[in-house]
Amino acid sequence: MPMNPTRKRRLTIVIVVAVAAALAISLVVYALQQNMNYLFTPSQVQSGQATQYKTFRLGGMVKAGSIQRSKDSLQVTFTVVDAGGAMPVEYTGILPDLFRDNQSVIATGHMDGARFVATEVLAKHDETYMPKELKDAMAKAHADAQVKEAAAQDKSP
Amino acid sequence: MTPELGQLALVLAFLLAIAQGVLPLLGAWRGNRALMAVARPAAAGQAVFVAMAFGILAWAFLHFDFSVQYVADNSNLALPWYYRIAAVWGAHEGSLLLWILILNLWTVALAALSHRLPEAFAARVIGVMGLIAIGFLAFILFTSDPFGRLLPMPADGADLNPVLQDPGMTFHPPVLYMGYVGFSVAFAFSIAALLGGEVEQAWVRWARPWTNAAWGFLTLGIVAGSWWAYAELGWGGWWFWDPVENASFMPWLVGAALIHAQAITEKRGGLRAWTLLLSIFAFSLSLLGTFLVRSGVLTSVHAFASDPRRGIFILIFLTIVVGGSLLLYALRAPKVAGGKPFNVVSRETALLIGNLLLATASAMVLLGTLFPLIGDALHLGRISVGPPYFGLLFPLLMAPVVALLPFGPFLHWGKADGGVLKQVMLRAGIAAVACAIVAAFFVQGQLKAIVGVASAVWIAVGVLLYALKRWREMPRGRRYPAEMAGMLLAHLGVGVFVVGVLLSESLSVTHDVRLTPGQSESVAGYDFRFDGVHRTVGPNWHADQGVVTVLRDGATVATMHPQKRTYSHEQVQTESAVDAGVFRDLYVALGEPMDANDIEGAWALRLYYKPFVRWIWGGGLLMMLGGFVCAGDRRFRIKRIAAEAALPVAAASPQESPA
Repeated sequence: MPMNPTRKRRLTIVIVVAVAAALAISLVVYALQQNMNYLFTPSQVQSGQATQYKTFRLGGMVKAGSIQRSKDSLQVTFTVVDAGGAMPVEYTGILPDLFRDNQSVIATGHMDGARFVATEVLAKHDETYMPKELKDAMAKAHADAQVKEAAAQDKSP
Repeated sequence: MTPELGQLALVLAFLLAIAQGVLPLLGAWRGNRALMAVARPAAAGQAVFVAMAFGILAWAFLHFDFSVQYVADNSNLALPWYYRIAAVWGAHEGSLLLWILILNLWTVALAALSHRLPEAFAARVIGVMGLIAIGFLAFILFTSDPFGRLLPMPADGADLNPVLQDPGMTFHPPVLYMGYVGFSVAFAFSIAALLGGEVEQAWVRWARPWTNAAWGFLTLGIVAGSWWAYAELGWGGWWFWDPVENASFMPWLVGAALIHAQAITEKRGGLRAWTLLLSIFAFSLSLLGTFLVRSGVLTSVHAFASDPRRGIFILIFLTIVVGGSLLLYALRAPKVAGGKPFNVVSRETALLIGNLLLATASAMVLLGTLFPLIGDALHLGRISVGPPYFGLLFPLLMAPVVALLPFGPFLHWGKADGGVLKQVMLRAGIAAVACAIVAAFFVQGQLKAIVGVASAVWIAVGVLLYALKRWREMPRGRRYPAEMAGMLLAHLGVGVFVVGVLLSESLSVTHDVRLTPGQSESVAGYDFRFDGVHRTVGPNWHADQGVVTVLRDGATVATMHPQKRTYSHEQVQTESAVDAGVFRDLYVALGEPMDANDIEGAWALRLYYKPFVRWIWGGGLLMMLGGFVCAGDRRFRIKRIAAEAALPVAAASPQESPA
């Protein structure tokens, strides 16, 4: 069927728009996949939930007395804990204003052996306030741990 | 007693809002002039009562009336008076009061300046503004009462969030809200046009100055917020793709598209449906912005309110506004569509491409911002979308806009001649390449910086060529009408912004160092000498204040005093020191003492050299100025409307009609 010029133009426009849309969508999906960061607590990391992610966020409380500063550089090590786990963290740089013992923090970074190397550390401004997502994640990790404990108890006798 | 008067004023304002929202719309529908005449007095009365409520809350802050819960929560005896004023909008309840106050300011301005509009149209526009006011006043009265009492009255209050105790913060929210709320006017015009089934596009011309002004305010608000984040947060960044920043950026992008779409619709009658849709989206995104910032659904420094009841209210409100206006749009938009056809090479096409890209960018930001919520709802886990997502996609989407920008003004409406485009491309292209080559020697071959220089020159030369063309071809006095001048300023602003962003991003130098007193660190040719830290006190804080002397070739350039302040309730806030300059900023933030018990010893410091960073805000300010200058064009002042409304809008000649 021969196409008249108007139809031809419309078809061209439709094709151009479709290609542009496909390109845009695939780019967005790619960018999202590259930059989605999941939040895990130490016990979730230790149970292997984070193994498939190169970069993720580690959330929990700073263990009291665990903050160790290097004598001659800005390197700091501390331990992040939740109800059922602990994870040593290494960070080089300046910590946020409210970073201290028992403060809830979220660190972005990757695992290096058994140690988490952070590129960014965030602490919340109000010490009574815990980020909702962190609270939920910790509650979930806690619940998981209890389920496992219960299961273990069931098996033991 | 007085706080109760404030509450009473809000109730009265609410009743007047109902009158303003319902009666004029009924009147316009039924052709009842008496009902339509209710619009203006009801709007004025509502404004008086809202201003009264706002004044009473401010008075309570100034007089330390801690029997008011909101005052006790957000101020104390030591807080200086100017921050007590700023504290009025420092948290959830008061900021909503500010929102509604600004809505009233816009409505009163609209009521005062719309006497020459057709009666029914003006009644509809003011009526729609009234409907919005009903929603927000109900929100305040039923979920967020700023006048709630706290008994027994405490002797002293808590404190204003220390992050907000900064001159930038007194200024940022009101201006930002002027922009957010200002889009309600464009929205009201669109809804009124849909309700009335306006076949002529005259209403778009009446809406244009309001949209431009609102966009100008939003630009200023975002610039102020960005500058504040830079100066106050101590990270030296000017944009973090934080949900709250995105919340203001989405309406800005759609607003920029809307300004250009309105130009097409006004001049050529085309794209009416698109213009209507954009004004609905611009306002919906402003509401969403309020929702994101105020409901605390997204974790962020700004989300100080977290009461699910409020979130549900806003969600319902948002659904009614967006759903209702889209339904109206679906029913009525086909009726108002029309306009002149245009060729592939024409100003319409260029503007349309720009529009689509801006709208796509806004959608992209929306997806990235809401993705954590989507992920949560779908049980994908706790996800956050990192800044690189935006950092990758946004420049990709904006690159074609930058590339097209010089051509827009040269293109004629309808059908453009390709010859002049080649000339512009050649001249601007040669200038851009030449400057890029020269720049390459100065920036050590940093690709980002070179691209920045090239795009800025490309835009600036395009703008200058067009200004020159007008100078040559037009008689004196008609060369640069305000609308044209505004466009040129705003486009130049884009160039200044782009070069500021790319140069400061690529050439900034950051050193996180530990320094003992007397020790120096060299950053980009500047020697930062740390002269130790001492204690100092302010009105409601005490601080560790550092002294950093910056030397270049042995001569002192600046002495800087970064602080680490402790406010009441042990809230710590970094106060960075900035030595500002046109071509570079020097920036110092105090980290922490290496030994907490010895503040006079070694400290961790963050030192920055930031070239051209001011150009980012300079470009933003030029864009803002462009918006305001455009809004002031005499062409938009409504004259002889009664006569003109009957006539079709005169098609402006291409030379007369910048976009």
